Amino acid sequence: MLMRRVSMVIAVTLVVIMLAACGAPAAAPAPTTAPAPAATTAPATGSATPSGALKFLSVQAENEGYTKIVNLLTAEFTAANPGVKYEFEQAPQTDLEQKLQLLASSNSLPLMFPSAATGTLIEMYRNGFVLDIEATFTELGIVDKLNPVALSLVRNLGNGTALGIPMELNIEGFWYNKKIFAEQGIAVPQTWEELVAAAEKLHAAGIQPFAASGEQGWPLTRLIGLYAQRKYGPDALERVAAGELKLTDPGFIEAAQAVQDLGLKGYFGPGVVTIDYATAVDLFVQGRAAMFYMGSWELRTFNDPTRNLIGAEQIGFFNFPTVPGGAGSLNDWPMNAGLTVSLGRAAYEANKPLADAWLTYVFERYGDRSMSELGAITGFKVENMPANTPQLTQMVQSQIDAAQTPMLWFEARFDSAATVLSQRNAQLLITGDMSAEEFMRALQAELDN
Amino acid sequence: MERVLRDRTAAVIFLGPALVIYVCILLIPIGWSIGYTFFSGSPISGFTFAGFQNYATLVQDRRFWDAFWFSTRYAIFVTGGQIGLGLALALFYHFYLKRSSALIRTLVFFPVVLPTVAVAAIFQKLFAIAPQYGVVNAVFDLIGLHSLVQPWLGRGQTAFWVLVIMDVWRAMGFYAVILYAGLIEIPAETIEAARLDGASGWALAQLVILPLLMPITISALIFSLNGTLKVFDSVVALTGGGPGNATTPLTLYMYRAAFTNNAYGYGSTIAVMLTLYCLIVSLLAYRFARRDV
Repeated sequence: MLMRRVSMVIAVTLVVIMLAACGAPAAAPAPTTAPAPAATTAPATGSATPSGALKFLSVQAENEGYTKIVNLLTAEFTAANPGVKYEFEQAPQTDLEQKLQLLASSNSLPLMFPSAATGTLIEMYRNGFVLDIEATFTELGIVDKLNPVALSLVRNLGNGTALGIPMELNIEGFWYNKKIFAEQGIAVPQTWEELVAAAEKLHAAGIQPFAASGEQGWPLTRLIGLYAQRKYGPDALERVAAGELKLTDPGFIEAAQAVQDLGLKGYFGPGVVTIDYATAVDLFVQGRAAMFYMGSWELRTFNDPTRNLIGAEQIGFFNFPTVPGGAGSLNDWPMNAGLTVSLGRAAYEANKPLADAWLTYVFERYGDRSMSELGAITGFKVENMPANTPQLTQMVQSQIDAAQTPMLWFEARFDSAATVLSQRNAQLLITGDMSAEEFMRALQAELDN
Repeated sequence: MERVLRDRTAAVIFLGPALVIYVCILLIPIGWSIGYTFFSGSPISGFTFAGFQNYATLVQDRRFWDAFWFSTRYAIFVTGGQIGLGLALALFYHFYLKRSSALIRTLVFFPVVLPTVAVAAIFQKLFAIAPQYGVVNAVFDLIGLHSLVQPWLGRGQTAFWVLVIMDVWRAMGFYAVILYAGLIEIPAETIEAARLDGASGWALAQLVILPLLMPITISALIFSLNGTLKVFDSVVALTGGGPGNATTPLTLYMYRAAFTNNAYGYGSTIAVMLTLYCLIVSLLAYRFARRDV
């Protein structure tokens, strides 16, 4: 009897130990209210040297793009402030949403991290996980460093609140091969009819009119969205989000139909839905396609002579053309702030003096340093334009400066489910496996869900 | 040994830790996942009780049924191909190549050890149409069958068959080795006796070899069905579920629902359905096995 009791005690103890070990993942569901700010460490006085830990999570490698610039500036900052410990972590883009959800649910988002998808980001702000960038930068006295267009873009994405720092500022449009256009006697198209006529002429001459990555889907849906914005005006997609317009309205179906027609006529080349992003870029910079709709982030390829075989001087750029009976104008440009980054509220409030000092140091210098190191156009003002800036980059910068109304991309106001549906169904649309009406009907149904 | 296991105390001490680990790493997450099916929301927005709403949505979700049908068709064709060709290869090794089959066996087994992503990259290039023709399109072009030059991975119907071919090629060597192991266990005397009775060729295979090989064939069938019904990596690597959702199996649909669309509850509901589906198919296979063996 005694033996049995002893063994029961041992067994129960073992169970308790094991359950305790396994208990951690089975935590209570995420908080539904705003997380309480973490306890602040010893608040430093205005003149004290900041110290503590900083963390930056990025989807880029540490020596790539904006991450490189942030890391360079942070290295200078930590050299001047030896008490500061800086931690950098790279997370793959594909797992980002999942990672951010997990970090948010345990209230351990780092100070700076890549913004989540639009819907999720707004949800995070509502629940107190991220900071209002405009308010924070105003408090730090660096809000005037932001390019107003970039600020309005990020504000627009966050339903009126800037939730992401515009690390890039991109303008989008058709890049074209000047040599091919000249040989075929084609003028830069201003209207949709002219664009289609140019494509027809190129196709007849055995030249692929457009390079596009159907595998990605978004380079195709960009065209649909822009056609609709040219039809209904630059605020067409905001009006869809507000419920004033429906995607099943005739103008949207006409937009999907117009892009489908380009696909069915073979203007995107054979097997467009199997073309990945890098191949699409290569088709254009190797002179195997005459036009390429893309954002100015591809300047990095156009300015790279080892990859761009047609030469930067042979590349021209034009705005998305106007459409018949449309309300849009050529002064409205599709623009975006690229991959933005957000600021975690809990980490910021945990050591505000350090966070303030670091953010001020980095973002006072970010615009100039990005331009001088990478030739990259960002959402920050460039105060000292380097003399050796490539001509194509200068041209893009002046287009950005001249742009009047920035237009959002097709899925900018969609949630993740509608975004995925749009980009996947674009593959069926372009090959004729789905009609323009079906495409828009399915998408509107998802938005209504 | 039997006396030891009859002692409850000893059984608890020996089995207890393993049982607790099993409960922690398998049953608790399953229970947790089933719990999620009655909730909507995400870790950021919080969860709200939704009753059977996720199940009601699932029944009416055309994309779920498309994925279900895709998984079923894929499992039927790939399992059929893997077991059928595996069996044919095993018979070929045993009766034709005999002792000199080692090299061929190794070569046919080789794709099993290749990473799925690498195999998918090979097949993408084989069936490519742009920027240049892959081998398949190049051959059709060369022999004048221009109508067959097409974007194989760009249309749902053809992409399905490329996937089937790839996964059959990738795994048939594995099943060939398993079935070959079963084949060499059949006593030579039995086959000799059948031969003396006049059985040869197809009759020998149909009446003697296949019935004797049935237990291991059933095991291989269950392995293969469970693998093919839960296919994920080869689809993601070869087609990404596209074009559109034409090659999206239940697993990928579940993953997207939970981790892209942030609908944890709905994703868990799909996962529960997939588990039930695998369970029913496995039970049917076991039942079939018990009757025949």
